[in-house]
Amino acid sequence: MDRPLRLITANPVDQLARTLEALLVVASAPLSVEELAQAADDDAERIETALGLLSDRYREGRSGIVLERVAGGYAFRASREAAVACGRLFERPVERGLSQAGMETLAIVAYLGPCSRPEITRIRGVAADSAVAGLLERGLIAEAGREDGPGGAVRYRTTALFERVFGLESASALPRLDDLGETAAEIRERLESVGLGKTA
Amino acid sequence: MSVREFELDLDAFEGPFDLLLTLVLREELEPAEVDVAAIVVAFVGRLVEHDELDLGACGEFLVLIAALLELKARALFPDEEAELAELEPEEAAEELARRLAEYRRMKDAAAWLSERLGAERDRFFRVGPAPLAPHPERTLAPQDPERLGAVLRALAEPPPQVSLAHMPLRFPPVSQFLERFRAVLRRRTRFDLDAEIGDLPRIEQAVAFLALLELRKTGEIALDQVAPFAPIRVSRSNGERSATWTVRSA
Repeated sequence: MDRPLRLITANPVDQLARTLEALLVVASAPLSVEELAQAADDDAERIETALGLLSDRYREGRSGIVLERVAGGYAFRASREAAVACGRLFERPVERGLSQAGMETLAIVAYLGPCSRPEITRIRGVAADSAVAGLLERGLIAEAGREDGPGGAVRYRTTALFERVFGLESASALPRLDDLGETAAEIRERLESVGLGKTA
Repeated sequence: MSVREFELDLDAFEGPFDLLLTLVLREELEPAEVDVAAIVVAFVGRLVEHDELDLGACGEFLVLIAALLELKARALFPDEEAELAELEPEEAAEELARRLAEYRRMKDAAAWLSERLGAERDRFFRVGPAPLAPHPERTLAPQDPERLGAVLRALAEPPPQVSLAHMPLRFPPVSQFLERFRAVLRRRTRFDLDAEIGDLPRIEQAVAFLALLELRKTGEIALDQVAPFAPIRVSRSNGERSATWTVRSA
């Protein structure tokens, strides 16, 4: 059985852990180890030890608040067992009304970003203006400079909020693109087989 | 079944199919905005509702949708049209397969994201505004602590009390002293000013001095002072002005 919460001890790492708790409560976005080390004026190794303490203290099944590693940092969230209660009071507006077009556009930006609207349009075969505007409004993508040359199109990349909403530690947590879909050879083979079937 | 009156509900358009075509031909609606696949899916759905296959409607639909698709392709890839036209059939097939594979991968990636989002619906967290950037640290030139202390002490010093002493002051009339000096000179030929007015308040001494200057101006008295700040001696002038007196001491 889990031990009860023990928040006050004389252990110096525990004291550091309390400081980190405070920083994570105040933060509105995940904080990296480097940011925490800078704010707590301590070295990264001790920060990671203290974060280990906190991760054990704030985990599913033990606390209503859970410390998670997400979007390249650490952040508090509500425990999953409290989700129904949270859902009665709050909603997750970021994903409300996220269409299939929006999701495909988001996937393209996540894998190929920074990329521009013409690139997205070329891949999807449909104008991407409204999908891009919707994702920008939700804060899931952001502008990331322009393409080279005069009058270059604006490029977009995914944001830390995207990783947080999808519960990704970082963009590298996405499945490899090569593992998704069919290869060009497979598609061609399939098209040809359909063609042969028709003529037969 | 009339293809032209076939109702559509797309992101970019809502209404009958023939109106959509009219708007595209009049260039009032961007062909790139039209989701052709969604139109095909809707049309097939409509076909399923009927027991018999209407070949005439299917043929008409195919012609119209092919025209729409061509318009859309021209709108989407104006620059690539020439480039693709130069491709050999084999190369064109390769290019088509490559593009379809690329889109297919993105479609699968979108499906993975949708699934992931569904699994994360019970994760609630606080989303606040972007944190404020920390204020840049202002660098000051090295300061002498004692000097800073002195400045702080001076700032901490309570301001001097504003004097209201002048408020109840009453100025006696000059004429009062004119009469007084004339009376003294009627009794004596000369007198020391300090001895005469030394006991009076300073404001009255000032008024008395003005009276003295007035008498000197009219030639009624003569003034004598041996040195600056020495006692002023006042005497009857007997109608003669003293040319030697100066008012340096005043």
